[in-house]
Amino acid sequence: MSYLESNLKTVPTGLSKVLYLNWPLVILLTAVASTGFLMLYSVAGGTLDTWAEPQMKRFAVGMTAMFIVAFVPIWFWRNISLAAYLVALVLLIAVEFFGAIGMGAQRWLELGPLRIQPSELMKITLVMLLAAYYDWLDVDKVSRPLWVALPVAIILVPTFLVLAQPDLGTAVMLVAGGGLVMFAAGVSLWYFGTVIALIVALVFGVLESRGTDWQLLHDYQYKRIDTFLDPSADPLGAGYNITQAQIALGSGGWSGRGFMQGTQSRLNFLPEKHTDFIFTTLAEEFGFVGAFSLLMLYAGIIAFCIHAAVVNRDRFSSLLTLGVGGTFFFFFAINMAMVMGLMPVVGVPLPLVSYGGTAMMILLAAFGLVQSAHVHRPR
Amino acid sequence: MRRSPKDTAESSRKITRRALMLGGAQVAIVATLGLRMRRMQLEQADQYRMLAEGNSVKIRLIPPARGLIYDRNGILIAGNEQNYRVTFTRDDADDVDRVVTDLRRLIALSDADTAALLEDIRKRPPTTPITVADRLPWDDFSRVAVNAPALPGVTPEVGLSRIYPRGADFAHVVGYVGPVSDYDLSRIENPDPVLRIPKFQLGKLGVEAKFEDDLRGHAGQRRVEVNSAGREMRDLGRQEGEPGENLQLTIDYKLQNYALARLGEESAAAVVMDVTTGDILCCSSAPSFDPNLFVRGISVKDYKTLTEDDHRPLADKTVQGLYPPGSTYKMVTALAALKDGAITPETTVRCPGHLEVGGRRFHCWKRAGHGPVNLVKSLEQSCDVYYYDLAQRIGIEKMSEMAQILGLGTRPDLPMSAVAEGLAPTKAWKQERYGKDWLIGDTINASIGQGYVLASPMHLAVMTARIASGKAVEPRLVRARGGVEIPAREAPELPLDAAWLAQVRRGMSAVVNAERGTARSSRVVMAEWKMAGKTGTSQVRNITAAERARGVIRNDQLPWNRRDHALFVAYAPVDNPKYAISVIVEHGGGGSTAAAPIARDILLFALNGGVPPLDAYPSAQRGRIRTQHETLDLVDPDSVSSDVKTRV
Repeated sequence: MSYLESNLKTVPTGLSKVLYLNWPLVILLTAVASTGFLMLYSVAGGTLDTWAEPQMKRFAVGMTAMFIVAFVPIWFWRNISLAAYLVALVLLIAVEFFGAIGMGAQRWLELGPLRIQPSELMKITLVMLLAAYYDWLDVDKVSRPLWVALPVAIILVPTFLVLAQPDLGTAVMLVAGGGLVMFAAGVSLWYFGTVIALIVALVFGVLESRGTDWQLLHDYQYKRIDTFLDPSADPLGAGYNITQAQIALGSGGWSGRGFMQGTQSRLNFLPEKHTDFIFTTLAEEFGFVGAFSLLMLYAGIIAFCIHAAVVNRDRFSSLLTLGVGGTFFFFFAINMAMVMGLMPVVGVPLPLVSYGGTAMMILLAAFGLVQSAHVHRPR
Repeated sequence: MRRSPKDTAESSRKITRRALMLGGAQVAIVATLGLRMRRMQLEQADQYRMLAEGNSVKIRLIPPARGLIYDRNGILIAGNEQNYRVTFTRDDADDVDRVVTDLRRLIALSDADTAALLEDIRKRPPTTPITVADRLPWDDFSRVAVNAPALPGVTPEVGLSRIYPRGADFAHVVGYVGPVSDYDLSRIENPDPVLRIPKFQLGKLGVEAKFEDDLRGHAGQRRVEVNSAGREMRDLGRQEGEPGENLQLTIDYKLQNYALARLGEESAAAVVMDVTTGDILCCSSAPSFDPNLFVRGISVKDYKTLTEDDHRPLADKTVQGLYPPGSTYKMVTALAALKDGAITPETTVRCPGHLEVGGRRFHCWKRAGHGPVNLVKSLEQSCDVYYYDLAQRIGIEKMSEMAQILGLGTRPDLPMSAVAEGLAPTKAWKQERYGKDWLIGDTINASIGQGYVLASPMHLAVMTARIASGKAVEPRLVRARGGVEIPAREAPELPLDAAWLAQVRRGMSAVVNAERGTARSSRVVMAEWKMAGKTGTSQVRNITAAERARGVIRNDQLPWNRRDHALFVAYAPVDNPKYAISVIVEHGGGGSTAAAPIARDILLFALNGGVPPLDAYPSAQRGRIRTQHETLDLVDPDSVSSDVKTRV
């Protein structure tokens, strides 16, 4: 009998679980999603049915999923972690063979009326499996090389599949999310230090080798790096997107140009204005006040996750909560850093705001796991 | 059990420690993001605001001109014409209803069109230009262009659109283009951005579809300055695209035109092939349709007329239509038997008018029988019993092997849509397809091209060309690409003894030229163009024993779609073969009466390079041929060059 099950008596049952949900989190999520509806309405030129309305429907479905997931005891989710991961992995492989082509990369799988993006599913099931793994593993074995190698493999297998699609953004997210759970589980800092040192060495090597005989990348790849470092060098070519995004963002000023008054997105200077670059429209129309408020809403969600993880004494629950919160964090941090020119452009949407079905519904279901961990925590 | 409470408490503390470290890192990153926001939006806001005001340079794509398609002599088959159209972008308009009302005063828009347009405007994203009117006459277009400043959101545009000057003649070979659909886009990996231009034309069928990547070309870019309302103010510079590559087909424009006219009202097909190079000079399927209808967007009514016609104008019968080849298959059986050594050309078989095999009676078309028959006579008079006998000696596998050698039962490698594979049946095939054993009766039927055997007119033309040349010629449709001539491949020799082929050719010559030949009435009397061929009549129904006893119902007393298919394959000149032809007339009756005269006319046209001279025909037929040629609707070869070439 595990530690958790010994304390079952005090866990709420039936409909009374509603009272024990983490309600501030629900409110914050709804606030973020509502910002999204507003922006989708605006970028569609004041029409609901283009993007805003489908997005609202998906939000309703996702919220329902969140409550259902939250009501199911957390130990059930722990027990199916491995199965869920394997299912996601099989779907990811299936997409290689039968996937539809979306935006130049194979990402979707059509199953009857359902269109699923297995890579989105993988982001969460990976975190679940790693949390379950460290829940199972003895604490003193956590940093032994062999027991570190296994979770690294668990992370890298789907990462390579996703890279083959090719979807760099999701690959980065998988490594970051998985690494975060390993970090939280207490894997020795030496490992992380070594990996970071290697990455720094690699970046250094790549940049230094340019123009020499042992050049590590192709010329066009170096060109992309140049574009990132100085987008204004090629404003009408490869740097066009990022230059336009920054102009829109910066021109927002303190309070913005006003709702539906953004000239940059209106005139179609902005690329992908309803998906990856939606933050620029928000920043242009609502200025620093709006953009910073959204950042604070996101930070609030993360704060609640960390708090819930710290107060929860069950190891699986804590790690899962940190993992989901961390994945969510990487979503918005990478997206914002990307549109503000702090990072190269990789395809990562702004969570709950960007237009996109699978990502939103899976994120909400993942927050259902966080809620379930919270409701069924040992008391 | 495994985990002691102390262990858990310690691990919980560890997680808390790490969680706080994570939290700290996340706070730092959020702070960085916040500071970046502050820097960009507060400190540098003025600078970015200025950039935004001056942000007036937009990039527009210039659609490339689609590659042209020419016939073998450089006559235009598919060209481009100027297309005047008007588009509307909701984002640039202030009051949609007012603009549309004003627009209706300038160009004719029916109430239904207007309703559809408003619906389209409401549904599409606001920045997508929507086509209001396409193919406007110059007067309407110029009226809109003059008034454009008063119509925000309305853009008059000049583009290129595909035109097929003699559309119906080439509809099946060349196919047609149409506006890119969402379905098209979803099938292409990394679609070229040019495909997202509204109403951009994409090859949908035939050569247009198969050579899409070559014909399309590459888009150019235009940098334009726009004002704060998004309207173009001036051009800042342009980078020209590349027009698509031109294609030259092996088709002969005039021959193709003549063939379609000659096929007339029939549901029929004709293929002419050069026996040495494999060039397809003519590939006509009748009736045809006007591909220009599809380019403009075909109306439901027109489309219904095309799909409901029992002569199936949309199907390309030359490569998609599969038919039992009937007696035209006898050369296959004969060559198979010769190769096997089962017979020599002198072997005779007695034909009493029928043959009993396995308790079933197989009839010759001639009830009285042909008496003793050798190879040449069997072809000349198309004796069935001779081939029943051969089939029993060699079996189906040897026949189908020979069919493959002659190009039947394999998919011709042609850049056309839905090219059929045909069928040279084997025992294994029947077992797999129907789960039944091969019967001797199946072999008997196959020996005269009935039963399971299926071939398209293209197959039959290839077969005839191979017999005529003794070489394994492959059909070829494209002569030059992007101005570069594609050399014809040297065809390898067929693995057949020259003496056998000579005998089969003698038989085919007798079919047309001998006194008792089945196609004697279609002979050519000019010595240098004499033709050799083989008739075929393939049943589309079973004749029961009861009917045979009463007397077989004549074709002209049957409903059209129950009549026999008429086939004829031929090559000419006899001594030095140049062209091979196959003609099928669906439900046309006998091959000798319905198909052979058409084949002769087309073949003579090909040899003469124009309407055949009356001297080529037997004197008794010349009067009829003259009237026939006067009634055909042919393009004037001289007007072709001047009329068509002016369009670019």
